[in-house]
Amino acid sequence: MPREREQLTKSCEILSVEDLWVEYRSPRGTVKAVRGVSFDLHKEETLALIGESGSGKTTLGMALIRMTPKSGSVPRGRIIYRRDGEMYDVLGLDKEALRKFHWQECAMVFQSSLNAFNPVLRIWDHFHDTARAHGRVSQQALRERAMHLFKLVQLDPERVIDAFPHELSGGMRQRVLLALGLLLDPQILLLDEPTTALDILTQRTVIDLLRRLREELGFSLIFVSHDLSLAAELANRVATMYAGKIVELGDVHDIFYRPRHPYTLGLIKAVPTVTGAFRELASIPGSPPDLVDLPSGCKFQERCPFADERCRKEEPELEGMGANHSVACFKWRQVSLEKEAAHA
Amino acid sequence: MSNAIVQLEHVTQRFAWRGKAVQAVNDVSLSIAEGEIVCLVGESGCGKTTTGKIVAGLLKPTEGRVVFEGKDVWAMSPEEFKHYRRAVQIVHQDPYSSLNPVRTIYKTLSAPLLRHGFARDNREALAKIRELLEIVGLTPPAEFINKYPHQLSGGQRQRVSVARALTVNPRFIVADEAVSMVDVSIRLSLLNMLTGLKEQMGVTFLFITHDLALAKYFVWEGRIGVMYLGQLVEISPTPDLIEHPSHQYTQALLSAIPEADPNLTRNKERIKLRSLDVPSLLNLPAGCTFHPRCPSYKEGLCDRVAPAPLEVTKEHFAVCHLATQSRAVQAGTM
Repeated sequence: MPREREQLTKSCEILSVEDLWVEYRSPRGTVKAVRGVSFDLHKEETLALIGESGSGKTTLGMALIRMTPKSGSVPRGRIIYRRDGEMYDVLGLDKEALRKFHWQECAMVFQSSLNAFNPVLRIWDHFHDTARAHGRVSQQALRERAMHLFKLVQLDPERVIDAFPHELSGGMRQRVLLALGLLLDPQILLLDEPTTALDILTQRTVIDLLRRLREELGFSLIFVSHDLSLAAELANRVATMYAGKIVELGDVHDIFYRPRHPYTLGLIKAVPTVTGAFRELASIPGSPPDLVDLPSGCKFQERCPFADERCRKEEPELEGMGANHSVACFKWRQVSLEKEAAHA
Repeated sequence: MSNAIVQLEHVTQRFAWRGKAVQAVNDVSLSIAEGEIVCLVGESGCGKTTTGKIVAGLLKPTEGRVVFEGKDVWAMSPEEFKHYRRAVQIVHQDPYSSLNPVRTIYKTLSAPLLRHGFARDNREALAKIRELLEIVGLTPPAEFINKYPHQLSGGQRQRVSVARALTVNPRFIVADEAVSMVDVSIRLSLLNMLTGLKEQMGVTFLFITHDLALAKYFVWEGRIGVMYLGQLVEISPTPDLIEHPSHQYTQALLSAIPEADPNLTRNKERIKLRSLDVPSLLNLPAGCTFHPRCPSYKEGLCDRVAPAPLEVTKEHFAVCHLATQSRAVQAGTM
């Protein structure tokens, strides 16, 4: 992406998350799933939230649209949404305003594409219901819009529109969901593991499609994934999550080629590539911490080769280091030195 | 191959489905040498798991022979069959459903030890279990031995599954997507543990996965076989398969995979397929089954004549009419 455009888009934040916390009640105690997350989403950008299971990435995604399950709560934080000079806190919306926010402003596509549909309704009914719930009822216009969207996502409109969900393959369902998500022309599209259950060739279609749609329609994309290659492929910016916190946030090239957090570095070193040279891989020792009983200090220190006394006592906060790159690590200078040494 | 431990000879597996026959595995021949490591890759429904089950003796193929140490598995005496089933173990994909939730790790691991006489009593079993847990990296063993599966993480459960497979001193392990449900940071240490088994105990592996990058890493010194619609369409020593894929399908797969490297993945040359839809196993295309999607298919040839396996270079076979041609093109551009 050219630098100039990056500068331009930077000023247009459409979503600003400030110190967001999400907790779940569990028999063992309070699960601190998201702990003080702050970030901005810019206009027409693609932001990847990367992390392993239990890192809080899906919880964060759900909290952004106020879809936290009943056992969860948001004790603190603000989610400022902006459109056409107006702005409001998503956490402060009443039921009716929230209903409008969903789909018209921010649409979401969930992980399991089969479970996202009502199995006894045809695809057309899903479109019709969604449109009616948002006050658009002209059948003719809606049908045309749906047909147009199916073509955009490379589906045969005639075959799909009157089909039941089970009659479509996983890749087709995923594309129908994308079309449904775009029905009301939202400003933000939120995707949870958009390609995880798909086969390689189908996955490729969905990735290319997402890139093209985002460019053509100009929405902003946030996706949650454990798959680093998806972030490398699609994202402008990447946020790495660990134990409920964003530990590193930066331009996709900075994250992959100049990581500053030992966890990001560890993830990159653990993932093989198919093409390119055969390189030695290294795993991260240990396993993620228990979110009910978090250790003191930095939550990664038990697995971190750089950790020292300070890391065991104090938890580092996400801090900017210039050039749109921030990291939550006391040792980031050493991490970047190691990465450079590995490159040399 | 003379030192083959397991051989599949023209194995075909059909399942009945609503009165029709689904050909899940179609005329697969594969010979795996002692101490070798072979990986089967392919998309869902390509028959890789079914092939794994046939190798492990969990399924009797509709046609063809499965040969273990030179003997036809399905013509063995009960005693020989028992020996075979013990020597070939399988590790399943899902560590959440493949362990009995009401049994402790001790119970799960002691049962096969005692049943098959690898331990005479509980004391011997305990000692053996400690040893196994050390091997699979669940240390210290005392911390795990009395736990139930739900008290373990996914990666730890998968290690228990591997330990269970090891109880009966297998010579061959079929690992069916054994690491795909485990997080990236832990996946690698699991793989390294499996590689260690091969090196230290001489265990032969059939590794089944949909992840080509993982296959490349794990079986760099072995062979990768690519399956499509029940057929083994290409098989080769790993470096040659990755660097010089000969079947159009393998080339398409390799070009489609996103890579965890922004510059690499965004500059990759993509092969455009003619169709996105995978044909139904109930109604396979005539000729080469890949022809409706193949970008360089030849009318009159590929849609009529089923290709035979072709040795492109030493030990590198592709079932494709255009294999030698694409090889020549690649050589020209190198």
